[in-house]
Amino acid sequence: MTKIKSLDELRQKKQQLEQSLEIREKSDHPESMIQIKVAMATCGIAAGARTVMNALVEKIRNEKIPAVVTQTGCMGYCYAEPTIEVKKPGQDPVVFSYVDVKKAEEIIDKYIRNNELIDGILPANYQTI
Amino acid sequence: MQLLVCGGTGCQASASATIVDKLNESLKAHGLTEDAQVVITGCFGFCEKGPIVKVIPDNTFYTQVTPEDAEEIVAEHILKGRRVSRLLYEDPETKEHVSDSKHMGFYQKQMRIALRNCGFIDPENIDEYIARDGYSALAQVITELTPDQAIDMLKQSGLRGRGGAGFPAGLKWEFTKNYTADQKYVVCNADEGDPGAFMDRSILEGDPNSVIEAMAICGYCIGANKGVVYIRAEYPLAIHRLQVAIEQANEYGLLGKNILGTDFSFEMELRYGAGAFVCGEETALIASMEGGRGEPNFKPPFPAESGYNKKPTCVNNVETFANVPVIYLKGPEWFSSIGTEKSKGTKVFALAGKINNVGLIEVPMGITLREIIFEIGGGIKDGKKFKAVQTGGPSGGCLTEKDLDTPIDFDSLLAAGSMMGSGGMIVMDEDDCMVSIAKFYLEFIVEESCGKCTPCRVGNKRMLETLEKICGGKGDMEDLDNLRNMAHVIRDTSLCGLGQTSPNPVLSTLDNFYDEYVAHVKDKKCEAKQCKALATYTIIPEACTGCTVCARNCPTDAITGERRQPHFINQDLCIRCGVCYTKCKFNAILVQ
Repeated sequence: MTKIKSLDELRQKKQQLEQSLEIREKSDHPESMIQIKVAMATCGIAAGARTVMNALVEKIRNEKIPAVVTQTGCMGYCYAEPTIEVKKPGQDPVVFSYVDVKKAEEIIDKYIRNNELIDGILPANYQTI
Repeated sequence: MQLLVCGGTGCQASASATIVDKLNESLKAHGLTEDAQVVITGCFGFCEKGPIVKVIPDNTFYTQVTPEDAEEIVAEHILKGRRVSRLLYEDPETKEHVSDSKHMGFYQKQMRIALRNCGFIDPENIDEYIARDGYSALAQVITELTPDQAIDMLKQSGLRGRGGAGFPAGLKWEFTKNYTADQKYVVCNADEGDPGAFMDRSILEGDPNSVIEAMAICGYCIGANKGVVYIRAEYPLAIHRLQVAIEQANEYGLLGKNILGTDFSFEMELRYGAGAFVCGEETALIASMEGGRGEPNFKPPFPAESGYNKKPTCVNNVETFANVPVIYLKGPEWFSSIGTEKSKGTKVFALAGKINNVGLIEVPMGITLREIIFEIGGGIKDGKKFKAVQTGGPSGGCLTEKDLDTPIDFDSLLAAGSMMGSGGMIVMDEDDCMVSIAKFYLEFIVEESCGKCTPCRVGNKRMLETLEKICGGKGDMEDLDNLRNMAHVIRDTSLCGLGQTSPNPVLSTLDNFYDEYVAHVKDKKCEAKQCKALATYTIIPEACTGCTVCARNCPTDAITGERRQPHFINQDLCIRCGVCYTKCKFNAILVQ
């Protein structure tokens, strides 16, 4: 390990290391975060949900978007996998269908950043209690 | 994804290390090592339900995990994203599964300052501590503040010593700073000795760097370049993690010579205690550190003037230190906004006894005992009735129903006849005999008294004999007055804190449960049926099936009766051992 020689060096070090704990920091305050759920049942995974999830995680980390990505089980939209659900704080969740890496990036850029709706939104067919 | 596995002593005893291995094996088998990492953390606090495994980022909180469950967690949760519901916490009232620690009663009322990193970071990786602003407070203090400014901030925060007496930490630092000497010392008191208490151990196991950072800050403020942690040898895991943390801090240059390019240097070392309760008293602790017998000395001179090696020494408790870095990061105003008028911040308690959620909790000062016991603690085990709560260990006292709604802080607990102590909290139900409880604590004191001063050495022994006499059914009313007299003499004339506070369990039970003492000496009755010598065992003829089990097991042949006919206990022969009661399958033995 190299020595830390000044306050600035400590701050730089902290910034480098922050990311490794980001995932834990975020999960501590899930209610104030944008929550992205990736449907990761067997069919979702088979349709490529894991690649989508990794792409989402990467983009969110690189662009410092206040969102937390979690995986979830089958959402029931087997015909439209991979599906992801995005829930902004205080808003109803929106489900996107046929999400590939490109679509995932579009969702972040348009819906999450600018609240623009894009193609492929599935009508909510259930209520959660 | 990350899997946080509790690596505290409690969970390790329940095989959490094997769980880690099994999780890693399963991740490897499923080819998931890239996607999920296993991290060993400090104590999550919910020891009742350990071992704990927490899955991040969805914050799933698995309880009572066994090594056999590892494969299922990986295959179901990590691979398929389905929570393993049988391992989730079940709310005792609604019987519903709670997946997230945020929604558990146990965590909702808690506020974690000293335990901020416990169960969150890997205690053996200094990088994770630095990522959580670790060592930033030290860096700021030594590069931007003078020692006087830094001490002023600590005084403003209102932080009081968490070891028991509640002496203002800032004042202690100032006193030590004001003495000039060629060498000064910072000492961390990690000699945690109260029965059932494990706050300090958990902090050192879960976040050792916070204590090291605070000791260095203290060193800068008082002008000391050496820090010593006095820790009991019975805490091998805490010792190991402290050593790792000290080594890593040295490698980064956060300890050692010219820290962060300043003139400030600070070295740390460990001293092991042999586990004597009296060594938690600071003068006895210093005597033990010097290689002498662990016996207290008369104060003054206080350690601030003449302590370790006769040099000015600042002794603070583990939890006190753990609070310090946050005070500098968030400001003294933030800290003093938490708590009550005279007790600021939070307090860590080890919750134990007849309570549903045994564990380690941190709550803001001013919370009520009712909130702790019934909301965080989940109420009394098996739906029994609350009787008393013992705070402050052998130096504290028993509080009752009437104190449940008092906001607790250092002063209110003293006023109620107990004390904050280091944070042990033992809950008792209707089955506990308060005379026996007082006797238990006195046994502990008699065992642990160092013997240097007569009131503590002889007085406590005489008190214990009196209590044994009462529990043995041979006490009279005069004994109760004697107990009180002895208690006052011991309290007023003992040399150190151990002796001065040792009569508290007796005094507080005499005050709060006088009727129970009277029942023991006058009626020769023990309501809780704990004092065997006072019990009478009889057989309920209607319930007895005449199976002869009791008669065959009775060691004194006190039970007679024909097969298939109700049996009978001869009270003259009965030695009240209780064997018949435990052996009877038909609840036919009545204990009175």
